[in-house]
Amino acid sequence: MSSVYEKIGGEGAVNVAVDIFYRKVLNDDRISRFFEGVDMEKQAGKQKAFLTMALGGPHHYTGKDMRAAHAPLLKMGMNDTHFDAVMEHLGATLKELNVPDELIAEAAAIAESTRNDVLGR
Amino acid sequence: MPQIVFQGHNYYRDDKESVLDSLTRHGVPVPSSCRSGICQSCVMKAVHGQPPEQAQRGLGATQRAQGYFLACVCVPTGDLEVALPDEDVAARAMTRVLGKKPLSRDIMQVLLDCPNGWDYHPGQFIKLHRSDGLIRNYSLASVPQLNEPLELHVHRLPGGQMSEWIHDQLQVGEAVEVSAPAGECFYLPGQPHQGLLLIGTGCGLAPLWGIARDALQQGHSGPIEIFHGSREEGGLYLMDEILEMQGRYSNVHYTACVSGPDVPEGYAAGRVEQVALARVPKLAGWRVFLCGHPEMVKLTKRKTFLAGAAMKEIFADPFVMANQACALLE
Repeated sequence: MSSVYEKIGGEGAVNVAVDIFYRKVLNDDRISRFFEGVDMEKQAGKQKAFLTMALGGPHHYTGKDMRAAHAPLLKMGMNDTHFDAVMEHLGATLKELNVPDELIAEAAAIAESTRNDVLGR
Repeated sequence: MPQIVFQGHNYYRDDKESVLDSLTRHGVPVPSSCRSGICQSCVMKAVHGQPPEQAQRGLGATQRAQGYFLACVCVPTGDLEVALPDEDVAARAMTRVLGKKPLSRDIMQVLLDCPNGWDYHPGQFIKLHRSDGLIRNYSLASVPQLNEPLELHVHRLPGGQMSEWIHDQLQVGEAVEVSAPAGECFYLPGQPHQGLLLIGTGCGLAPLWGIARDALQQGHSGPIEIFHGSREEGGLYLMDEILEMQGRYSNVHYTACVSGPDVPEGYAAGRVEQVALARVPKLAGWRVFLCGHPEMVKLTKRKTFLAGAAMKEIFADPFVMANQACALLE
């Protein structure tokens, strides 16, 4: 059974998706402050890893990794609304790339499963 | 048994072990995050030996050309000497000053004899090592294919230890020590019709001048938009040469920008990145080179990306000043 990642074209597809996704994130005033002062290329690498994970592609992130990585953002006031905003952009990016709705739903479910770790709950 | 050499030590590897796992097992701290070859936290450089192509996937073309690779997915087929990306591993050589010429009130052109066998891409930088140990980086404006000496543009900073010494004391004919060229901000052929957007402040023009000439002499036919900015007219230089290039090549277009209050006739008013993005607002498919003031470079990286330039098509060379670099380290 192949993953969404494989079905939509693997690394090549993610390479196209990451710039689109990251542009949406940086253009969103609700969440752009969490990316202030961050090295853009390093952050894009992390976005690429996030998209790969959300699409069921290869990754080695653990819940503990997700908690640790986002802990500083909690101090900045990150909450569910911000997580929701990122989820929106994930869906919109995949829609823009003509990914079928049922695969978008699969990816959304995987991303959703990280909510508690990301928000430190 | 295959081995990795790192900072002068040999580390034996298990056969199927990645470079990251080997070094970590030996207690060598290498940054990492996704451990899947995607996030690029573990990027390292192969100083000797060739990393497998598989371990370079996702890295920029100029990075791959210099032997950078991702340690977490690098399972070498032979021995490999590696370094962390910011380690000073460049070979050193003694060379001689061939010429010094003021290009403007504050900017000095310095020509150095190119050490034997040194190949480089215009836009890369060398380190100048003064005999008392002071080190500074200078970007290369010269084009090796044109058999030119190494060309640096040195801005005289008030109180600048190296720049004041270069301007006031360094003699033509004097010997200096330099490190081999490094850096990722350079032109690679393959897309001759692509638009190139070159934005620079102050002596950030040096790498851009090299990159523009490099692109043209490799037959680049797409638009080459050059924007050079300074607070005042006296901060701009090389204008005659760039206008001459614009006259000779119909795809070259040059805009001189002044951000301060006194904007002469024929110059664009405003900060260089504002002028550039107003003139070329849609950057999908373009390649962008940003050189000079670190705040301008950082801001413009983001702006050009948001204007549609792909992340991998944006090349930046921020000129971080020594005291700023120390502040960053504290």
